[in-house]
Amino acid sequence: MKARVYVSLKKSVLDPQGKTIHHSLQNIGFRKITEVRQGKFFEIDFASELTREEVQAEVEKIARDVLTNPVIEEFSYRIE
Amino acid sequence: MKFGVLMFPGSNCEHDAYHAVRKVMGQPAEFIWHQSTDLKDCQAIIVPGGFSYGDYLRTGAIARFSPVMGAVRRFADRGGLVLGICNGFQILLESGLLPGAMLRNRGLKYVCRQVSIRVENARIPFTGLAREGDVWNIPIGHMEGNYTLDADAFQKLERNRQVVFRYCTPDGETTADSNPNGSVANVAGICNPHGNVLGMMPHPERASEPLLGSEHGVRLFQSMIQSRSQA
Repeated sequence: MKARVYVSLKKSVLDPQGKTIHHSLQNIGFRKITEVRQGKFFEIDFASELTREEVQAEVEKIARDVLTNPVIEEFSYRIE
Repeated sequence: MKFGVLMFPGSNCEHDAYHAVRKVMGQPAEFIWHQSTDLKDCQAIIVPGGFSYGDYLRTGAIARFSPVMGAVRRFADRGGLVLGICNGFQILLESGLLPGAMLRNRGLKYVCRQVSIRVENARIPFTGLAREGDVWNIPIGHMEGNYTLDADAFQKLERNRQVVFRYCTPDGETTADSNPNGSVANVAGICNPHGNVLGMMPHPERASEPLLGSEHGVRLFQSMIQSRSQA
């Protein structure tokens, strides 16, 4: 099973990189964009003997304890 | 006072820190490898600057899981002095030894220059020989020094006097222009509630000899040594 984990800065945290990308996009003509947030993306492969519930529990623990800093970041994930 | 200087893969200020405490301050000092859990009876631990583990994932995020950091946590819990400089500060934040987190600098650039910082709390072992309001000239060199913490937690930090240094003008004014990285309330360094763990972005080891243009960093090391000689 594969987990795809998305990490981004919390909405309450200013994202200077996202802002810079947003400005650049506006400058080259993409004027209808209202916001850009930059984040990180992880693909994690799990051994096939794990159940979906076990994978879910592991992914949540990994995302919470390692992949994010909960002071500034949040995460979402998909399991396939 | 015996100093221990941690070494992670990617640390690059450990020799400077060792030089400052060993040669400039004349204290015994040892390097401690990140795989070690033996702090060699050191009375103070320096978590040095650099790019531990290549700054992969987040600055300090991987170093946090090193065996040595478990020993450093136990040492800090017993009241041992822990000084995190630059990447060392980032590691202490990721480890939860200090509150808050670092964001990319406001200007998105690596900033490497001499800055002025004002001593906000002179009642902890790292600043005992300073006076509150003193201005030190110490260099910074970092990309992620934009300290952040949610508003409630930051108020608590201020109330507890845990803000130890703020970026300021040479006259000691904390203006927006004197803030090199966008850090909340110009924060350059903070301590834990007990004052025995300090994290700071400026490099005191790079301001410890006349040749380097400033000796203000010596006051910090001297304060640490003095704090334990009185104890």
